[in-house]
Amino acid sequence: MSGLLKLKTAAELRQIYLRHEMFPTIFCDGCGLGNVLNYTLWALDELQLDLDRTVFVSGIGCSSRLSGYVNADGMHTTHGRALAFASGIKAAQPDLNVIVFTGDGDGSGIGGNHLLHTIRRNMDLTVILVNNFTYGMTGGQAAPTTPIDSFSTTTPYGNIEYPLDICALAQTLGAPYVARWMINQPYPPIKSIAQGIQKRGFALIEMLVPCPTAYGRRNGLKQLETIWQWYRDHTILIDDYEHIMHFGSPDERAALHDKIKIGIFQDCERESFEARWAALVEQVKL
Amino acid sequence: MSTHRDRLRQAMGDKVQFVQGDDACAYGAILAGCTFFAGYPITPATEVAERMAELLPKIGGCYIQMEDEIASMGAIVGASWTGVKTMTATSGPGFSLMQENLGYAIMTETPCVIVNVQRSGPSTGQPTLGAYGDMMQARWGTHGDHEIIMLCPASVQEAMELTIVAFNLAEAYRTPVLVFIDGELGHMRERLVIPEDDEFELVERTCATSREGYRPFAAGEDLVPPFAPFGAGFRTYVTGLTHNEAGLPRSASAPIHDQLVRRLADKILRNTDQIIRYEEFGAEQCEIAIIAYGITARACRDVVEEGRQRGLKVGLLRLITIWPFPDEVVAKWATRVQAILVPEMNLGQIVHPIREAVAGRCPVMLQSKIGGELHTPTEVIDALEELRCQVC
Ligand SMILES: Cc1ncc(C[n+]2csc(CCOP(=O)(O)OP(=O)(O)O)c2C)c(N)n1
Ligand code: SF4
Ligand SMILES: [Mg+2]
Repeated sequence: MSGLLKLKTAAELRQIYLRHEMFPTIFCDGCGLGNVLNYTLWALDELQLDLDRTVFVSGIGCSSRLSGYVNADGMHTTHGRALAFASGIKAAQPDLNVIVFTGDGDGSGIGGNHLLHTIRRNMDLTVILVNNFTYGMTGGQAAPTTPIDSFSTTTPYGNIEYPLDICALAQTLGAPYVARWMINQPYPPIKSIAQGIQKRGFALIEMLVPCPTAYGRRNGLKQLETIWQWYRDHTILIDDYEHIMHFGSPDERAALHDKIKIGIFQDCERESFEARWAALVEQVKL
Repeated sequence: MSTHRDRLRQAMGDKVQFVQGDDACAYGAILAGCTFFAGYPITPATEVAERMAELLPKIGGCYIQMEDEIASMGAIVGASWTGVKTMTATSGPGFSLMQENLGYAIMTETPCVIVNVQRSGPSTGQPTLGAYGDMMQARWGTHGDHEIIMLCPASVQEAMELTIVAFNLAEAYRTPVLVFIDGELGHMRERLVIPEDDEFELVERTCATSREGYRPFAAGEDLVPPFAPFGAGFRTYVTGLTHNEAGLPRSASAPIHDQLVRRLADKILRNTDQIIRYEEFGAEQCEIAIIAYGITARACRDVVEEGRQRGLKVGLLRLITIWPFPDEVVAKWATRVQAILVPEMNLGQIVHPIREAVAGRCPVMLQSKIGGELHTPTEVIDALEELRCQVC
């Protein structure tokens, strides 16, 4: 990939990559999902990916609707199961690029077991997981990612459960590419999505996306300004985090306790399921 | 230079073998051209997966062991959209887990085959013993209005043959097809003869030919839309939401939902003459009929001969296709006989559509047996005698 992204205008991208009959989107005003779509298109364009050979797979949820807006083969599956369907597609036809859109609920709640095993197997999939801290489509119930003490329709007195760090899980499981970004800066996520697509193996890009309607409204995060401030206050770049953990004072280190780390957590090589299966077939084929 | 078909035969081995029903399902799949299997171990169906794991890499196919049956069902649907023939195999608990994605396969018109080697339930039940307790779950297990195709073999040989037929029906009607056997048949060894290629028919899904104006869910008179595999440039959007002929979600439209769901049902219901299979024994001069299916039908075949020797004018209708239900065939029998006996390895499931088809024309008696033991011919004859006393 060239170092500098030569970005097309949003209008040009829309013209080339979108399934126009699907518009307008179902997204609310102020929803960050449009940005995720945009960044994905930029990454596709940067790589000049052949859309005839690319399948977008998703589960169920607002974020899982993204698969329908790209003008390529798409599969909007059942809630939580996108990775199972995507694994079937990729295993049967390894030449296809398979990109998965999923939500925090879809991908790490109901679909958590599939996430675990798809990473373990190291399927060559690019997974763009939208974390909006809630089950957005069903109106804002607590999800496995909902921050402690925050409010949702099913935690009217505040959430008592600990949230899941999806990237930490993926990293532990050995996913060759793991990154988390916010949507307020386009370049890092675009670059990560492109890197994820190029990675031969499981790539997870978690996007922190505001959901003003279902989550924000109950947690004082409805206005754009307050939303951005919250994300600035509650996140820290992984490099800064490491630096403070090494050189910071005890107080500075303690202040990191509740922060969400941002950046690329893992970027390594690991032979994919498809490659290993192909090698096995080479050995035993009649 | 050996052809792909030669390789299939080489992988399976001898033409005549002494194998289990589970193996026979795997052989049927290989003969039908299945190249993708996803599964999860469960007694008494595990041997299907084990056989596929052994055979598929030999013929350049793909076997993938998933984390559960939900994922297995998802994987075979995903793989089928790349244009290959796919199968999974399970037993009751796993079949329960597959229900949601089975409905997705119906809604998205995805050809695939599911083998269920039934064991008793509810819950974990009797894992190593046979039963036929999932017959109604097969029909109504997934939510919403739908039709399903289900075949019920009675021997190891037939398990192989009907698995091939299941693939053909799945391809022809673009729908999931179920092959239902039970733990007894799955684990029983019998002589199996692998047929030559010219001894059976193979059906392939009709593929779309032109991208120009292609609408992925627009069907012609046969009600089955031409298929465009992923990666071929058709750029199809597949969704389990109610969708229009272009494949776009239209989940709030009553007419589009009505049209879609009725077409999905009708493509099966209008072809029952192609789908429904059954066998008749002693249909002439028959006073009392047995209607049976699966392994139970084997004992009943002996009963017909033995009963006739004892002066019982008994006949047997062996159902092979259970869903769509052969009401007309059953109704015809009901007009000719004085009573019908339905032996089932459950507390009474297929007796219900039978009673519906018989519609009071004659008494229908259920002979339930659960716990893992098969009906013996003697038990069936005794039940027939009792039934004769009641009606004749
Ligand atoms: C089996 C099943 N259970 C529940 C639902 C209801 N449901 C639809 S979307 C959704 C939540 C989606 O949350 P997430 O994946 O985080 O996506 P978001 O809408 O927040 O983007 C739920 C619970 C369903 N469709 N299927
Ligand atoms: S509910 Fe939330 S996630 Fe869903 S479209 Fe609205 S803002 Fe976006
Ligand atoms: Mg969410």
